[in-house]
Amino acid sequence: MAHESLGQILLNTILSGNFVLAMFLGMCPFLGVTHSVAVAFPLGVATAFVIVIASVSAYLLNWVLALAHLEFLRLICYIVVIASAVQLVEMFVKKHYPALFRALGIYLPLITTNCAVLGVALFQTAREYNFAQSLTFAIGGGVGFTLALTLLASVRERVQLADTPEVVQGTVLVLILAGVLSLAFMGFAGLGG
Amino acid sequence: MNAPAKSPAAFQATSTFTLLRTLSVVSAICGLIIVVSYMATLDRAKANRRLAAQRAVFKVLPDAVTVKDYLALPNGDIVPAGGGDPPPGALRFYSAYDAEGRFEGIAAEGAAKGYADMVRVMFGYRESCHCIVGIGVVSMRETPGIGDRILTDKAFLTNFKALDVRLNDDLSALANEVKVVKHGAKTQAWQVDAISGATVTSRAVGKGVNDAAQLLLPRLVPKLDQLREKP
Amino acid sequence: MSSPSPAAFSMAPPNQWEEFTEGMWRRNPVFVMVLGMCPTLAVTVSAINSISMGLATTFVLAASCFLVSLLRRLIPKEVRIATYIVIIATFVTVVDYAVQAISLDLYEALGAYIQLIVANCLVLGRAEAHAARAAPIPATLNAIGMGLGFTLGLTMIGGVREILGAGAFFGVPLFGPGFQPWVVMVLPPGGFFVMAGWLLLFAIVRRRMAARNAGAASSVGSSAVAASSGACHGA
Repeated sequence: MAHESLGQILLNTILSGNFVLAMFLGMCPFLGVTHSVAVAFPLGVATAFVIVIASVSAYLLNWVLALAHLEFLRLICYIVVIASAVQLVEMFVKKHYPALFRALGIYLPLITTNCAVLGVALFQTAREYNFAQSLTFAIGGGVGFTLALTLLASVRERVQLADTPEVVQGTVLVLILAGVLSLAFMGFAGLGG
Repeated sequence: MNAPAKSPAAFQATSTFTLLRTLSVVSAICGLIIVVSYMATLDRAKANRRLAAQRAVFKVLPDAVTVKDYLALPNGDIVPAGGGDPPPGALRFYSAYDAEGRFEGIAAEGAAKGYADMVRVMFGYRESCHCIVGIGVVSMRETPGIGDRILTDKAFLTNFKALDVRLNDDLSALANEVKVVKHGAKTQAWQVDAISGATVTSRAVGKGVNDAAQLLLPRLVPKLDQLREKP
Repeated sequence: MSSPSPAAFSMAPPNQWEEFTEGMWRRNPVFVMVLGMCPTLAVTVSAINSISMGLATTFVLAASCFLVSLLRRLIPKEVRIATYIVIIATFVTVVDYAVQAISLDLYEALGAYIQLIVANCLVLGRAEAHAARAAPIPATLNAIGMGLGFTLGLTMIGGVREILGAGAFFGVPLFGPGFQPWVVMVLPPGGFFVMAGWLLLFAIVRRRMAARNAGAASSVGSSAVAASSGACHGA
């Protein structure tokens, strides 16, 4: 069992070990959906929600699989649970926030293939976190993910109004901005001990 | 290449039975593939892990020639580690013997979070000095040129040549916690001088060693006689 | 031909060679389709890691597309995504065990990113867009080609990061002991910057070529420009 405190885990996942900027999880929406904060932020929140569900389910699943000595089915079970959780969230958003559902488009079901969601489940298992640690890890991860997405989106919105060389526009610019953001977040290293 | 235009009947939603049948067939095929590949690779994977652990033990106890796996159970018993999964709460350690079969010392792994990810360290312990006599990094992803100096910095590694880890009077914990201090501030045998500029990684090594020793040595030290005979 | 590439594509069925080479350069998964970014940036700190990850992904891609194509008439539309995911997860598990058996050092280096191949948009995307509609042989050939293109892209990034950030290539030190490695290149920001660097290079080259053949847009140009505005389109 890992000996990190909950506070350490929270600080680590949001800042120094940010899922997107330090661990490279969730790249697809990070590069694809951050053209506007109005879309990036809700997607971040939806993903954060799925991450927490996935984390709790993964913890319970892992416990059951360990009892039955069926650890080799872990990956398949995790991904099936994630796909189901995304399906549920999709139905919920479609029913209660139809405008948002239309705005997010295909990126909502794509949360299933979001490395961040599966990554949380896999990392918490590898680090042998207990339930409280796993939950904190997931919440921190979700917050960090939303933070990174929103930050990049707000920078991109501003940059769109600036005069950038044509050759750099598009993915190149997004990657450079992401790199600078990642560099900035490296300054948080060691925070939380 | 694809099927020609379907007849109107096919536009009805597929029946639940067909859905279930497909999922079962696919799951069965996939399950079979997984089980077969698991069985096929199990022995090799285990052998690799054993070899890596042995390499690490030989690194921290250089005179060792044979290594035996043991488990220290929560109730204080020491048992040889079998092939299956260790019971919960059991701590794995390695007992090392030299060419003449004499008991050299024990080695065990500790881990703590460093800068990037977990830093896993193997340490060797000799009861004659009640101290740790060496460490070897098993795995780490620390920054090249900065954190990875724990692999090469001679001054840092010297910290672990005689690191005091004697137990307290009632043998329940270490008498003094292994503590990583600022570079140059070491005054006691249980302290570790951090590498200047690589504090986070140095602390991870110290913490990993401390946490593992705190758990293992109270269980192990009273039972060392059991290990003296080479099995 | 002035018609856009997608239309030209579907006019005549591509032959085996075209199937195989599609993913190597013209629609390279890393630089043109911008798919599978998570492992691309995380694992490419050295050329060896990049090639290993690329080959692991190629295996999963080829095996999954083969099985999906084989079972394509059996899988009803409603559960196709779930089924593809189960098939992909199976082969990822196989690769995970295989790497553990081959080399523990490699397994430590690639870490959790092997299992994350399941979430790689490239694999699911090709299964859905291509393998589900094609016969097994063309589907597998295409998948292998895409995988090799992916490996090429990863190695290009990994190679540069290793040379600049560790002064070595495939573990062989290139410069003398006085070399000061540009450490940031093997850290997360370096991944972003090196990928941006390659894309920028391609954009510059494309512009020069377009200026030279004024008027005729190359197919690399149009498909690359179309893809560079987003990621994870799947097809």
